[in-house]
Amino acid sequence: MSFNEQTIKTIANLARLKFPKEDEAKFMADIDSILNWVEQLKGVDVTGIEPLVSVSPRENAIRSDVVTEGNIQSELMANAPESVQGFYEVPRMVE
Amino acid sequence: MTELVNLHISEALDLLNKKEISSVELTKAHLSEMEKARFLNAYITETPERALADAEASDKRRANGDSLGALDGIPIANKDLYCTAGIRTTAASKMLSHFVPPYESTVTQKLKDAGTVMLGKVNTDQFAMGGSTMTSYFGVTKNPWTDEKGEYSLVPGGSSGGSAAAVSAGLCMGATGSDTGGSIRQPASFCGITGIKPTYGRCSRYGIVAFASSLDQAGPMARSVKDCALMLREMAGADGHDSTVAELPVPDFTAALTGDIRGKKIGIPKEYRPDGLNAEVARVWDKGIQLLQDAGAEIVDISLPHTKYALPVYYIVACAEASSNLSRYDGVRYTERVSGHTLDEMYENTRTDGFGPEVIRRILLGTFVLSAGFYDAYYTRAQRVRRLIYEDFKKAFETVDAIVVPAAPTPALSYEAMKNMSPVDTYLGDVFTTPSSLAGVPSLSLPVGLSNTGLPIGLQIIGKHFDENTVFQVGDVLEKAAGFNLMPHRVKG
Amino acid sequence: MYTIHGKTGDWELVIGLEVHCQILSKSKVFSGASAEFGAEQNTHVSFIDAGFPGMLPKVNEKCIEQCVKTGFGLNAKINKYSRFDRKNYFYADLPQGYQISQLYHPIVGEGYIEVTTDEGTRRIGVERLHLEQDAGKSIHDMVPGKSLIDLNRCGVGLMEIVSKPDMHSPAEAGEYLRQLRAIVRALGTCDGNMDEGSMRCDVNVSVRKVGETTLRPRTEVKNVNSVRFVMQAVEFEANRQIDIYENGGTCQQETRLFDSVNVETRPMRSKENANDYRYFPDPDLLPVILTDEYIENIRQNLPELPEAKKKRYVEELGLTPYDASILTADHETSDYFETAIRGQDAKKVANWVMGDLFAYLNKSAKTISESPIKAEDLGALVGLIQDGTISGKIAKEVFEIMAETGKAPAVIVEEKGLKQVSDTGAIEALIADILSANMDKVAEIKAGKDKLKGWLVGQIMKASQGKVNPALANQLLNKKLEEV
Repeated sequence: MSFNEQTIKTIANLARLKFPKEDEAKFMADIDSILNWVEQLKGVDVTGIEPLVSVSPRENAIRSDVVTEGNIQSELMANAPESVQGFYEVPRMVE
Repeated sequence: MTELVNLHISEALDLLNKKEISSVELTKAHLSEMEKARFLNAYITETPERALADAEASDKRRANGDSLGALDGIPIANKDLYCTAGIRTTAASKMLSHFVPPYESTVTQKLKDAGTVMLGKVNTDQFAMGGSTMTSYFGVTKNPWTDEKGEYSLVPGGSSGGSAAAVSAGLCMGATGSDTGGSIRQPASFCGITGIKPTYGRCSRYGIVAFASSLDQAGPMARSVKDCALMLREMAGADGHDSTVAELPVPDFTAALTGDIRGKKIGIPKEYRPDGLNAEVARVWDKGIQLLQDAGAEIVDISLPHTKYALPVYYIVACAEASSNLSRYDGVRYTERVSGHTLDEMYENTRTDGFGPEVIRRILLGTFVLSAGFYDAYYTRAQRVRRLIYEDFKKAFETVDAIVVPAAPTPALSYEAMKNMSPVDTYLGDVFTTPSSLAGVPSLSLPVGLSNTGLPIGLQIIGKHFDENTVFQVGDVLEKAAGFNLMPHRVKG
Repeated sequence: MYTIHGKTGDWELVIGLEVHCQILSKSKVFSGASAEFGAEQNTHVSFIDAGFPGMLPKVNEKCIEQCVKTGFGLNAKINKYSRFDRKNYFYADLPQGYQISQLYHPIVGEGYIEVTTDEGTRRIGVERLHLEQDAGKSIHDMVPGKSLIDLNRCGVGLMEIVSKPDMHSPAEAGEYLRQLRAIVRALGTCDGNMDEGSMRCDVNVSVRKVGETTLRPRTEVKNVNSVRFVMQAVEFEANRQIDIYENGGTCQQETRLFDSVNVETRPMRSKENANDYRYFPDPDLLPVILTDEYIENIRQNLPELPEAKKKRYVEELGLTPYDASILTADHETSDYFETAIRGQDAKKVANWVMGDLFAYLNKSAKTISESPIKAEDLGALVGLIQDGTISGKIAKEVFEIMAETGKAPAVIVEEKGLKQVSDTGAIEALIADILSANMDKVAEIKAGKDKLKGWLVGQIMKASQGKVNPALANQLLNKKLEEV
């Protein structure tokens, strides 16, 4: 696997990260070496093996349909970096 | 009572109940020790006022004969990954450096309800990503154990390095840690203390800043197996907030400390003894095996054939989950914000500024292994191998009661050594801890011997799912047999 | 089959719909915040909805139940094993940075909806129904240069219902949506209110030459939020694509927005990079395992579905399939109809509902639940015609008054003295008067000009202000004429 300049740009963009050139080169080299290291998994025979998603012993963890939370607008806004009249404020998202 | 800070929790509880000491005295002793040891940088946030208020309330309960919690009056520290209502919770990151949660994590709430006194929030690797606390935005924590020259040049391990250092140096009696791939067990080994990663699903993850949801587990760190057993009982249990917590009764783990392991089958997996295993680690491991055999356990050679794949599987799975879990830190609702002209620009500026390099590396890796065209080759394949690792343990536990392996491949390393390591080299430090994380089985780390340079070396005792009892039972016997009762040199003050 | 005739030949349409239905539940799908619509901004929000650190989702059992119910409404396979996945993308109205959805193991599998149009009845395949969470809302015009975020809607349960590309005309697409809405409303799983956005529709459209067997690239038209808009969007989009092909161009797969003002579709601002949602199983949530007992229990307690109702209207009430499908289009209409027919002739009531009542509601822009004429009263009106109390003509008059005043028809008939006159003596006297005043016409009738009889009946009705029973008047007139 070669984690090249185009890949790191695409991946960084998906993750909403952006670096100066020298950092980008460093991260690219790091990820590339990690990916080379994980290549060893290709040697494992996984034919017929179901992926293991969770080791929790439970299933069907459900809650009843009851309103138990909410009405914390002021607490939410107190934590927000920018807000106006009970709304979160962000740079304009153009449609 | 000059050495209040050396007491075990179980001993302190005795003295408190006999009213020979008060919680305020105990707390003050720790606060003063914290002050002397500030250079260790174990704490990110000290909460002395809260601690004294907690202690006074506890003393009052005792004096009035009110009902007491199981850990009433015991001063503890919380890893700064646990959200604590009204107290800054940073995950050792710039991103959350000013975040004050309006809610309390289930585990810290349970400990509060058990009567503990909170001394403060201890350091960790940033978002629990690392094995040294070197990725903390608040600076590295120093291991209280010194090098040959008597200098504080060693890392405490990580990510729960602040917890381990604080427990080891007498800056708290016990601490919460969290373990995703070894973050309790490796620092416990580096700092010569005891810690347990319980079975996945034993403790609630609610209110703990998430790293990798299918692996994260809360656990206690303290100076004895018994103390860990006491703490875990209070921390564990069903929680309506976390779907993955088992709805099983939490036993009194201390009842399992019978001191008798005669006839217990202890598995020794050959895969944990690769060529080039550190000789001192191997020596301590052999010593541990011998001690258990002497105590009447039956030693059984076993095989966990997929062990060597655990580390790459772990890094794929954990980073994939982390890349998604850390998406919420976007500058909109509670984190620091670095502005931008567009929403995307604001996201990029905020996230690139708020995350340290190791966190960024893991987000990049995780994003990549989930991306179109690579998902099956990396993520799905890793999940399949994860099942093989899980089955390895399941099969082994058909014949043995517990498995004993080293906790870390080396004793504590120096900053200098770690600074120059490549990411992959640092990941190798988790080689002995990630298999049981992936399988979700409980695993205790306790100090059993010293290296040639006088540094602690720990062993792990791994048990069946939800059989922490056996883990504690074997650990307790090994602890007594090893007689490891050393603490680092007390800080002069 | 519906086709569009182009310069180069006939084109057929391939249409699929993705419909998001907000689940009717008290609380949100993964948190205990209220799911109610219309509250002050950011008040129906918990720390879970706002994606705070360490917060964890937990599934609302009601949402599971609503999905299973809807699954039955779609004649679909209920999956005993389902699971949640994360769909990762960044947006200000998506606090976690991912939407919890079900990609790999949806709760409901394949099914169908029967759709009746002028071309007949067809089964439109449903691919799947999956459970997911809604996003918040962005407001762009309140503060210059800023967007404001309200998370009240964030985390409300959604059922995404994906059809197969089985529809071939605008009418079919419109009718599918109408039927789907009728089903979820009948089941009480979604209020189907497209104006408030509790039901939202994306339309996939492609065209191909008649006879082609492969599919051409489709466009996805977002947010087409009414039955009429769906039909318009399909028509516009099909014609637009045909134009491109016929002028030598090619279409590519793209996402477009429907502009209901100008009745056209427009390309969405193209994102620099295609989205890569990096779906993976959500490790915070466990699989949902449904037992046979649970599923059976829901099935047995289902209300009557529009399809079954339609069948009953045809078979038991003798309505035409077309009338039956109109009267079962939503449960308000069928509830009204069923109340009105109690003790009355169902076919006659159906005619009044679909004729005068619909015309009136249409004219006054009211829904059937806002109708001033109560269902019982409309039934009673039909009853008055049937038992001869009033004529059909008078009934229309009474209907107008009912609509104006909301009074019961019997009261109106009484107050206005509109009762039909059936007293033969009085009618005979009236006829005698009219005949004596029109002896010339009588003579002509005697001479064989039978048509004039109708004119005489008209005179009788006029003189009685329409209150005479016309059949009786005819009979008595014949008798009188013979006597003359």
